[in-house]
Amino acid sequence: MVNTLDPQNMNNFSEASVSIEIETEDMTLNIGPQHPSTHGVLRLVAKVDGEKVHDVKPVLGYMHRGYEKLAEVRSYPQITTLVNRIDWVAGFSNEIPFIAGAERLMEIEVPERAKHIRLILNEMARISSHFVFNGAYALEVGALTPIFYAMEDRERVLDLIESVTGGRFHPNFNRIGGVKPAAGAGPTSKKNIQDLPAGFYRDTKVAMEKVIKAADQFQNLIGGNEVFKKRTKNVGILTPEIAEAYGVSGPILRASGVKSDLRTHTDYLPYDQFDFEIPVGENGDCYDRWDVRVKEMVESAKIVLQAIDSMPSGPLQAKVPKVIKVPKGRTYVRAENPKGEMGYYIISDGGLGPYRLKVRTASFSNISILPIMLEGALLPDLIAIMGSLDFVLGDVDR
Amino acid sequence: MTDVLIKVGFLALAALNGAIIFTIMDVKGASWMQRRPGPLHVGLRGFIFPVAEILKFVQKEDIIPTEVDRPVFKWAPAYVMVSCVALFAVVPMSPTLVVADIELGVFFALAISSLGTIGVLTAGWSSANKYSLMGGLRAAGQLIAYELPLILAVVGVVIQAETMSLVGIVEKQIEWGVPFVFGGQLIGFLIFMVAATAEMMRVPFDMPIGESELTMGFMTEYSGIRFLIFYISEYMNMFILCAIASTLFLGGYHVPLLPTEWVNFYGPVVLLTKTAILGFILVAIRWSQPRFREDQLQNLAWKILIPASLVNILVTAIMKVGF
Repeated sequence: MVNTLDPQNMNNFSEASVSIEIETEDMTLNIGPQHPSTHGVLRLVAKVDGEKVHDVKPVLGYMHRGYEKLAEVRSYPQITTLVNRIDWVAGFSNEIPFIAGAERLMEIEVPERAKHIRLILNEMARISSHFVFNGAYALEVGALTPIFYAMEDRERVLDLIESVTGGRFHPNFNRIGGVKPAAGAGPTSKKNIQDLPAGFYRDTKVAMEKVIKAADQFQNLIGGNEVFKKRTKNVGILTPEIAEAYGVSGPILRASGVKSDLRTHTDYLPYDQFDFEIPVGENGDCYDRWDVRVKEMVESAKIVLQAIDSMPSGPLQAKVPKVIKVPKGRTYVRAENPKGEMGYYIISDGGLGPYRLKVRTASFSNISILPIMLEGALLPDLIAIMGSLDFVLGDVDR
Repeated sequence: MTDVLIKVGFLALAALNGAIIFTIMDVKGASWMQRRPGPLHVGLRGFIFPVAEILKFVQKEDIIPTEVDRPVFKWAPAYVMVSCVALFAVVPMSPTLVVADIELGVFFALAISSLGTIGVLTAGWSSANKYSLMGGLRAAGQLIAYELPLILAVVGVVIQAETMSLVGIVEKQIEWGVPFVFGGQLIGFLIFMVAATAEMMRVPFDMPIGESELTMGFMTEYSGIRFLIFYISEYMNMFILCAIASTLFLGGYHVPLLPTEWVNFYGPVVLLTKTAILGFILVAIRWSQPRFREDQLQNLAWKILIPASLVNILVTAIMKVGF
C-alpha cells in the first residue's frame, strides 16, 4: 500500500495508515525428502509466512522403482514378489488383486479354503497397517509412547502371518489358483503338513481378542487425550465432494462420511459371507480419520474370528497348468486395501508375463489432496494432516 | 577469590549432577512407561547409561556448517548452560548451605531463567537453517507468553512470605507449619509448574524442538559436544526449576518433625527428594502427552494462566491484608 501526501486525500490518510499490515515475503520451506515425518522420501515445497502455510507442492519420485515396467519382463508367478513391495506395511494385500486378475483371465475357480486363508491374512495385513498408523500418527502430533505399544501389538499379528507364510512383510504367498502350502512344507516334507500350521486357530483367536483390546486401549490412551483432541478435531476437514472429486479412497473417504467400501460390492474375496460394519466418520477431520481406522481394526478382527470359525476344508490349490500362460485379454481388478482402493489393470497378449501392467495405488490418489487441504494451515497442522492421510511412499511412487 | 571459585565449582558440579540424575530418571521412566527393557537392564541396570551417552557425544565430530555465524553459533550453547547454572546460586539447601542468599533472590532467579532463551534464539538465528530459525522464534514467543504467569505465580508467594529471599521464604513456611502449596498457593503452584514446563521446553510445550515438525528445532545444526551442552542444559534447567518450585511452594529443605539443628545434614536430601518427585511428574507428563500447537499454547498462557494468576494475587493480597 502506497501513501503519498496528497492534500485531497488527507482525510483518508489516517485511516489508510491504520490498515497497513506488516507484509513480509513468504519463505520457501523445503520439507523433506529427509524429514522425520514425511513417511520416507516425500518432499513438500511449502511457502510459509511465519507458521502459516500458503502454498504446498508435493514432489514425488524419490522412491520410484519402475515396477510396472519390470513386470513386463517377468512371468506371472514372479510378479507377486514385486507387487509385495509396493505398500510394504501391508505386503499381503498387494498380492491379492493381482493374483485375482490373473485368475480371472485364466478363468480359474479358486478353492474356498484358499480364499478364506487369503481373506484372513488380508485382514491381518490391514490390522498391522493400522497399528503402524496408530503409532506413527501419535508420534507426529508429539506423543512418543504409543508407537511402542502399537509395535508390540503388531508383532503378534506379524508372527501369525509369518507362521503361515514364512515372511513378515513380504509373504509372497499367493499362487495362481490358490495359496502356497504353508511354511515348513518344502519338497522334502510331504503332503501331511502342507496346510495351516498347528495351533493357528487357537493363536489367531487369542491374537484377535488382543487386537480388540488394543483398539480399546488406543481409544482411551490416544483418543481420550485432551491434547490429542485439540490437535486433531476440526483440523484438516475434507468434504465428501472434494474427496470424491480427487479420487480419494479408503478410510480417508469413509472418515468424510461416504460409506464406500469395496469389500462389500466386489467379489475378489468372499467378504459377503461375513457380518461386519463399515465405520464412517462425521466431520472428515483428522480425528475422524484416526477414529475410523481404529474402529476398522476391530471390525477386521471380527471378520478374522468369523472366518476361523467357518473355515471350509478342501484343497489349497486349483488345478493349474505347469507353465502358466494367461490367455489374451485385459482386466481390471480392484480391492479395498488398508490405504484405500488398489487396482491392477492387466493386459495380456497370451505370453508368460503381462504385456502391460498398470497399478492404481491408494496413496498416490490420496496425497493428491494435500495442496488443497494444506492451504492456509499452520505448520504443526501440516504435519497432523499429512500424517492422518497415512500414505506409504512405496505406494505413491511404486 | 578462592572462596568464589569454590562456590562456582560447587554450583557447576551440583547442577551437573542434578542434570545427570534427571537424565537417568527420564530415560528409565521412558523405558518403564514404554515397556522397553533395554535401559532397565543394560549397564548396571541402566545407571551408567549417561556415561555412555556423554562419551558418545564427546567423541563425535563437532560439525560447524560453513554458512553459520561462527562466534554466535559457537557460544550459544555455553550461554544457555551458564544461565542455568547461575540460577542454582540462590537455591538454599539449608539456612547456611546456599551459595548466595540475596535479598532479591526470587527476582534474580526469574531474571536469570529468561536469559537462557536468548541463547536459544541466537542458536536458532545463527544456524542459517530455516528450521532452526523457526525453533528459535517459537522459543522466544514461548518466553514472552510464559514468563508472565511464572512471575505472577511467584508474586503470590512473595506476598504471603513478605520477603523475596528464598531462605526467607522457606523460613516463613517453617514458621507457618505448612508449605505454601497447602497454605493457599495451590493454584499458584499449578500455574508455576505449567509455566515452568513451557519455560524448559518439555512436552507438551516442546514446540521449539518439535521433532516431528522442525526436525530438532534450534538444535538442528548442532552436533557433538555442543549438542551435548544443549542436551544437558535442558535437564539442568528442569532440575533447577523443580528445585525452585519445591523451595517456593513445598517447603524447601524443611520437613516437619525433624530436629532443626540437623538441617545442614538432611536439608539437601530433603530438597533433592522434593525436586525428584516434581521431576518425576514432569517425566510422566512428557512420555504420555502429545504436543500442543503454538497458537493453543499462546491461548493457554494469555487467556487462562495470566488471568488465573492475577486472581490468585488478588485473593492472596486480600487474605493477607484482611486476616
